[in-house]
Amino acid sequence: MAKLDLNRVPMPRQDPKLRVKNFNEVALGYSLEQAQKEASRCIQCPKRSCIEGCPVEIDIPDFIKAIGEGNMPEAVRILKDKNSLPGICGRVCPQETQCEVKCALDKKGAPIAIGRLERFVADWEQANMKSASPPIIKPAPTGKRVAIIGSGPAGLTAAADLAKLGHSVTIFEALHVTGGVLMYGIPEFRLPKEIVQSEVDYVISLGVKLELDSVVGKVVTVDELLNNGYQAVFLGTGAGLPMFLNIPGENLNGIYSANEFLTRVNLMKAYLFPEYDTPVKVGKRVAVIGGGNVAMDSARCALRLGADVVTIVYRRSEAEMPARREEVENAKEEGIKFKLLTNPKQFLGNEQNWVVGMECFEMELGEPDESGRRRPIVKPGSEFIIDVDVVIVALGTTPNPLIATTTEGLETAKRGIVVADEVTGKTVKPRVWAGGDIVTGAATVISAMGAGRRATASIDEYLKG
Amino acid sequence: MYEILLSQKLVPHVHMFKVAAPDVAKKAQPGQFVVIRIDEKGERIPLTIADWDREKGNVTIVFMEVGTTTHRLALLGAGDFIANFIGPLGLPTHIERFGTVVCVAGGFAIATIVPIARAMRREGNKVISIMGARSKDLIFWEDELHSVSDQLIVTTDDGSYGRKGLVTEPLKELLEAGEKVDRVIAIGPSIMMKYCAKTTEPFGVKTIVSLNPIMVDGTGMCGCCRVSVGGVTKFACVDGPDFDGHQVDWDLLFARQRIYLNEEKSSFEIWQSQGHTHS
Repeated sequence: MAKLDLNRVPMPRQDPKLRVKNFNEVALGYSLEQAQKEASRCIQCPKRSCIEGCPVEIDIPDFIKAIGEGNMPEAVRILKDKNSLPGICGRVCPQETQCEVKCALDKKGAPIAIGRLERFVADWEQANMKSASPPIIKPAPTGKRVAIIGSGPAGLTAAADLAKLGHSVTIFEALHVTGGVLMYGIPEFRLPKEIVQSEVDYVISLGVKLELDSVVGKVVTVDELLNNGYQAVFLGTGAGLPMFLNIPGENLNGIYSANEFLTRVNLMKAYLFPEYDTPVKVGKRVAVIGGGNVAMDSARCALRLGADVVTIVYRRSEAEMPARREEVENAKEEGIKFKLLTNPKQFLGNEQNWVVGMECFEMELGEPDESGRRRPIVKPGSEFIIDVDVVIVALGTTPNPLIATTTEGLETAKRGIVVADEVTGKTVKPRVWAGGDIVTGAATVISAMGAGRRATASIDEYLKG
Repeated sequence: MYEILLSQKLVPHVHMFKVAAPDVAKKAQPGQFVVIRIDEKGERIPLTIADWDREKGNVTIVFMEVGTTTHRLALLGAGDFIANFIGPLGLPTHIERFGTVVCVAGGFAIATIVPIARAMRREGNKVISIMGARSKDLIFWEDELHSVSDQLIVTTDDGSYGRKGLVTEPLKELLEAGEKVDRVIAIGPSIMMKYCAKTTEPFGVKTIVSLNPIMVDGTGMCGCCRVSVGGVTKFACVDGPDFDGHQVDWDLLFARQRIYLNEEKSSFEIWQSQGHTHS
């Protein structure tokens, strides 16, 4: 056996000094040469455990092998067979806790950079195959109609899979663009919107119909869809409702939910104001409350919009932060400050109702709580004030109650999540499936895609039955 | 894309559009709103639904030129298209047989109150309407409101038409005269709604107001439109826009409506400097 190569090929990235001044993508992607070098490290082990780590079960060793052989069209084919959104997944999946952690080389501390290779294949297709790609072979139509509610990762995956099986699929999207959180949530510098739209175009090319500006629950209900020609409905509406701290002063001007801040910046392109009409307040001193990927995204957006000091305020320590390691590192490199073991007590405002300060407690860690992480405890008498002009609250999101409250017979649980079978995505309501954040609460793009995939199998079985 | 079927300037700076939006028309109820975006670079703004025709599939909106978006909107006419027209959003106004309902409208909100007054009357209420404007040249839809009310009182600030004064004056007189009023609906500029609520409070008459904070998505996603009602934070887009006027924290609403004052000003100046003018 050849000697193991433990040198992961590094990903070229924009210089931190330059990138904090633009919204261009931070990670620049592999060249063909770099990709082939990285691919050559794969030992093609017989266990293929990486596939087990992938929620959509991409044939990882096979596409890596194709890269190594320089057979890029084959790599594209293998990848897209299981994943309709590879350019997105290659950029935002937490590979380090999924496929890469299962890699045989992980024990040696140098797993194959599967995510980077996935991204390389997707980008290669984008650059080289679009015009030359073979016409999509349309499956025989089954005559069955499925409505997909929401065009985020879960909905897009379910739509693509169902269309490939010959079902007639219509996606209903509340916003004016397709992609859900991929468009309004994740910033351009981490996931270019052009990539999202080109992968959406691929899903549409499979014959999927799209109804934008359609707020299901308002303009049409799930029951009306079921009674008007749709045999099945898949709910992939995500977790769109922002959580707040519920402490005094939270409605002061300058305090945003991360959803609002990111929607203004990403979806409405406030970073191009006044060329685009939607404004956003940035301020000089920005505090972002929370320790997840959304907190990192918000902080890094604020920095790019010109804030002098951006501070992440998190109540636990860095070890408990739910954000991807890579994103925390990116944020640090760019100069984001971290105020850990700190939790806001109240916001302080001026006479015009603008936030000017945030009174915080110092925290310490106690015994592990139900999440397994050590519980943050307030240090009595530790209050201190941080001066701020803008605060972004990134505590997480829960499902929007609109669907649950307008649909007869759906079961909901804690924080408004819709109850659905973990394997099949079946809800207690006949002919209705659900998957993604609406079922799990805020999670990852790929877990939502996995749920879309599993529900597809169950919906297909039902439609054929 | 949504086609503008009919465009009409009602009074200076106030316009009416009939927009082809069959799905919205099918579900629209009094008190609901739409979110519109003119084009790719436009912002999303909420506009109240003034009327709808379910059979013909169109929705009527009435808006006043205030900022860049509404000024740009005013330049469009029949045959033009609006990129996005999303709705019906928000909860409909609660319509019930209360007894006597007073509908108060200030400024261009007259357009919003008409379908509410109509629905209230259809439900069997005695409807007394009060409409107010700054002056005679800003009065429109008087006949429309009259036709759905048992009694109509018109006021102008300068006395150029109807009785001189603010809408709160006849409202107070009605209550003082011992008219048994079971509910008041007040819609218009925030300051006018606040004072209507202040007027009715001593009489203990429940007063519903339709709040108009800044919104982005209009579906509960962002929390931009949060208001405080009875000490509890609500999202006007999904929990409202109708709320109990006696419970609203008005100062918070006023303050939050001013968040982007500077940006709105600069955006409008740039737009004007590009050669655009008032319609």
